[in-house]
Amino acid sequence: MAVSSPLKAQHMSTLTSSGPAEPSRLRVVLGMLWRDKFATAAVIFLLIAILCAILGPALLTEAATRQNLRARNFAPFSLDQGWLMILGGDALGRPLLARIIVAARNTLMIAAGAVALSASIGAMLGLAAGYGPRWLGTVIMRLADVIMSFPSLLLAVIVLYMLSPSVGNVILVLAVTRIPVYLRTTRAEVLEIKERMFVQAAQVMGASSLRIVFRHILPMVIPTLVTIATLDFAFVMLAESALSFLGIGIQPPEITWGLMVAQGKQYLANAWWLAFWPGLAIILTTLSLNLLSNWLRIALDPAQRWRLEITPANKIGGGKANG
Amino acid sequence: MPRYASRIISSFASLVLLLVMVFFLSRLTGDPAALFLPDDATPQMIEQFRELHGLNDPMIVQFGRYVWDVLHLNFGDSLRQARPAIEVVTQAFVWTLWLALITMALVTAAAVVIGSLAAFRPGGIFDRIVTFTSLIGASAPDFWVAIVGITVFAIGLGWLPTSGTGTVWHWILPIAVLFIRPFGLILQVVRGSMVSAFGSAYVKTARAKGVRDRSIIFVHTLRNAMLPVITVVGDQAAALLNGAVVVETIFGFPGVGKLMIDSILNRDFNVILAAIMVTAIAIFVMNLLIDLAYALLDPRIRT
Amino acid sequence: MADHLLEVRNLSVRFHTAQGIVNAVNNVSWHVDRGETLAILGESGSGKSVSSSAILNLIDMPPGEITSGEILFDGLNLLTATHEERRRINGKRIAMIFQDPLSHLNPVYTVGWQLREVMRVHAVPAAEAAARALDLMRRVGMPEPEASLDKYPHQFSGGQRQRIMIAMALAMKPDIIIADEPTTALDVTVQAEVLKLLRELQDEMGLGLVLITHDLGVVAEVADRVVVMNAGEIVEAGTPAEIYHHAKHPYTRKLIAAAPGKGEMNAPMAEGEALLRVERACKSYGPFKALNDVSFELRKGEVLAVVGESGSGKSTVAKAILRLIEADSGRALWKGRDLFTMPSRELYAMRREIQMVFQDPTQSLNPRMSIFQIISEAWVIHPEILPKARWKERVAELLTQVGLSPDHARRYPHQFSGGQRQRIAIARALALEPELIIADEAVSALDVSIQAQVIELLAKLKRELGIAFIFIAHDLPVVRDFADHVMVMEKGRVVEIGTVREIFDTPAQPYTRRLLAAGLDPDPEVQKARRRAVA
Repeated sequence: MAVSSPLKAQHMSTLTSSGPAEPSRLRVVLGMLWRDKFATAAVIFLLIAILCAILGPALLTEAATRQNLRARNFAPFSLDQGWLMILGGDALGRPLLARIIVAARNTLMIAAGAVALSASIGAMLGLAAGYGPRWLGTVIMRLADVIMSFPSLLLAVIVLYMLSPSVGNVILVLAVTRIPVYLRTTRAEVLEIKERMFVQAAQVMGASSLRIVFRHILPMVIPTLVTIATLDFAFVMLAESALSFLGIGIQPPEITWGLMVAQGKQYLANAWWLAFWPGLAIILTTLSLNLLSNWLRIALDPAQRWRLEITPANKIGGGKANG
Repeated sequence: MPRYASRIISSFASLVLLLVMVFFLSRLTGDPAALFLPDDATPQMIEQFRELHGLNDPMIVQFGRYVWDVLHLNFGDSLRQARPAIEVVTQAFVWTLWLALITMALVTAAAVVIGSLAAFRPGGIFDRIVTFTSLIGASAPDFWVAIVGITVFAIGLGWLPTSGTGTVWHWILPIAVLFIRPFGLILQVVRGSMVSAFGSAYVKTARAKGVRDRSIIFVHTLRNAMLPVITVVGDQAAALLNGAVVVETIFGFPGVGKLMIDSILNRDFNVILAAIMVTAIAIFVMNLLIDLAYALLDPRIRT
Repeated sequence: MADHLLEVRNLSVRFHTAQGIVNAVNNVSWHVDRGETLAILGESGSGKSVSSSAILNLIDMPPGEITSGEILFDGLNLLTATHEERRRINGKRIAMIFQDPLSHLNPVYTVGWQLREVMRVHAVPAAEAAARALDLMRRVGMPEPEASLDKYPHQFSGGQRQRIMIAMALAMKPDIIIADEPTTALDVTVQAEVLKLLRELQDEMGLGLVLITHDLGVVAEVADRVVVMNAGEIVEAGTPAEIYHHAKHPYTRKLIAAAPGKGEMNAPMAEGEALLRVERACKSYGPFKALNDVSFELRKGEVLAVVGESGSGKSTVAKAILRLIEADSGRALWKGRDLFTMPSRELYAMRREIQMVFQDPTQSLNPRMSIFQIISEAWVIHPEILPKARWKERVAELLTQVGLSPDHARRYPHQFSGGQRQRIAIARALALEPELIIADEAVSALDVSIQAQVIELLAKLKRELGIAFIFIAHDLPVVRDFADHVMVMEKGRVVEIGTVREIFDTPAQPYTRRLLAAGLDPDPEVQKARRRAVA
């Protein structure tokens, strides 16, 4: 500490005195992304997955549903049945690759919907719990405790059993079980941020509570929320696939990757690829999200960002520079 | 200590709130008789069911009876097994408890040791390998790992049994599968927490005092770094206590998660209710233990 | 040729950072012997702590790198010694006392454990370590020494924690103690006690003391010799008296000239209508009385300084007036209307008239807003002040007024130094055209030379715009330069209130006299005379 603080002061003065035209924000971000090769690969993979989700169903639905008895449990790595069969065929002879691409839409849409819903509700409740009156905070936190102590999969099962397991309902159920994560994080951050001087400075200027919450506090919380949401996207995907796997999530003829794994389970002994490829799709997507979240955590933290800004020439092993 | 009392009271309040919510969820979302009887039940059967379970009484009476029963841990008989639901649940719960305990003990020990070592040189080779492997672990869907595990080790190599209980060998695959995700998550937390602990001022003091590196890692920083770790360990343990549904189902492990799924599919309402309450109480107790551990490690919380 | 007990020769250390390589110290040499005190004087960023970190092997490498030099301790070059050799020297022969003892003590172990640990790692048997720990606590003047061994760091006051650090440093009877800003966060009276203790211990044990500080007063009080550092280099060395009276280097001269407390004191203002009249304000937190019957008056264009040690309630006064906390009883009449009971609609209008400048400018500016957004927020909240079309022009005007450049408006707070950030905070306060600015320790986090500039800016605003100030500070010399009236507070009560001359020249209350006596004068001769007078 004693060593690094004088240094900080030094760069600050150099920075302020020089001040050349700063490169555009996008370029800076892309540059920081490029420094982390894993994160770059992750982003590329995710972009491909999103592209599949958007275009896949329009282009490949027909191919993915056409049954072909000659290609039943067709083994992978062969182009004999056309390129769509490169990953093999399923029990009804439908090409796995096409099915995985088409299933990307449901899989990603459910996860995205659930994350967006739970993040926004959780953040709002968290802001209310952190900045609102004490009793409100207590009530909200107790509700979160209840959701946390209620077996989330069970909740999903009960609700989906009573309602129909449609895409919308699956999203709703998954969102409810994830609200506490955002709520707790947001509240904890709000409690810390509202004690900061700049919040008091805004109060002294006469800013309304709404302004303080949305102009001063929320922007400080958003980086954390984005990081968590990325991580949670992976979690929700896994939860959704677990539901499908147990047979209480999305029902055929709709498909998701989790459902494909479930359907392939019974052919494990003689056609492993039925369960393997969709599982791999899940794992690669969640891994990409985890890597991206890891990168975001560093990129969004001003105290850590130097790790990504440092030029390779004088990058000497990273290390505990800010210690 | 008043802070403690209020913690306990508020967790208890959550428990009560859960109890109330379970009741109203089960009553307000539809007629239990219609929900828990087969679709082709005759009106006579439904009426009989309603009478038997007191569903014709006023709501408030039903609620009173429900609370009274819950307080006595009396959830009625299991519809399938013709014995008290609570007995069925506790029996299954013991299996889950063992599974959770063994898994979490292994996970915590491994994550703490490996995470601490990785944090000692952040950005080093060991750290990068550990971080990447743990990320893969945290990304893997457990059911997929389970079926791949069965394919390889049970069907392919024939080393381990595919499902059931009985021998030590039966526990290996379920524990291995359950191990992966919490391990990845906790390892990340341990590592992050240790990295920031190494940067803290008291480590400088320890170095200036001439304390050995080993002692700095395992005496000075570890105890401080464990504080955030405990919370995550608690959350993960809670998830396991809630029933490792998927893994228990795949491996035919007679735990509370499998029991819940079976009971739902069998419409065994009493068992579901008992299972919810038992796991909620278990999680309540575990949260108290976590709080206790926190206070034990951090003197600032005690006062 | 081990002429000296500890000698740093031509040491250069650099750090690899995101902004490229930064030379922290360049070719630095100094030495210290048994029984003498060397002060290393410098402002933040001067590299004054780097050489001591190098001595104790505390520099993380990477990103740090020692590019040249040697550190000779008792004939041994520490930079080429093994890790284990250096570990055996740390704590046993060279000990360190850090600034901010709260974060430098491990929060989860008892003080006794941490004290015994120094001895245990250097092979003192457990029983002997326990006995010596108790002796040490007695020696550093810890109240209830036995009980304190079983307590944790957070259970002590700042001064007591620094005594614990000192006890820890003394445990192995080292040859050298390095103290890095040991009294910076402490109240003046506590600072005086800690420095006295260090001096006594040095006489008693004949150890060499290296004292790193930014404070000329501390140098005047304890140092035998002093080296002055600026931007990683030693610019001057000598005795404190030589340096103070015959400084050769322009930087040293500038530093000495910036030391507050030497100018003419303000003459009391002519009587006038009271702008703010606080009557019998009280505020308690449980049994603790943060404000106890506080009354005072403030006239237009006047500076009222509120001084006192930590816990005196001086910041509570500010917060109560601004309604950041609610007072329990009493009144605060602002132009005849009571601030304490004002409904929120009137409060909103009042916010324009009373503004605040906070202690830590890093904390008080939202890091995600540009300077333009930070300053113009005032007009978003109070749109009647200025039409949007004129914002840009007015921001530029305000930035110029506080001594910054108009094109700084596009930048973000982290791109500025501490002093510049405080100017931005002042510009933000000015945007509302207030009649009263409450400055809560507004210059105490800044370097002396910057402090002087900010005070000058405040004085200019007072002169040109007729703004009144409530200036809350613990640093008496700064108060002496800037205040018209001074209110001394202790434990929530007003001890004494008077013109700046009355308080500084003829203090009536013993507490005020004690506070003044504990202050350190940058002139070594004046300080020596003062010390003699006190003793």
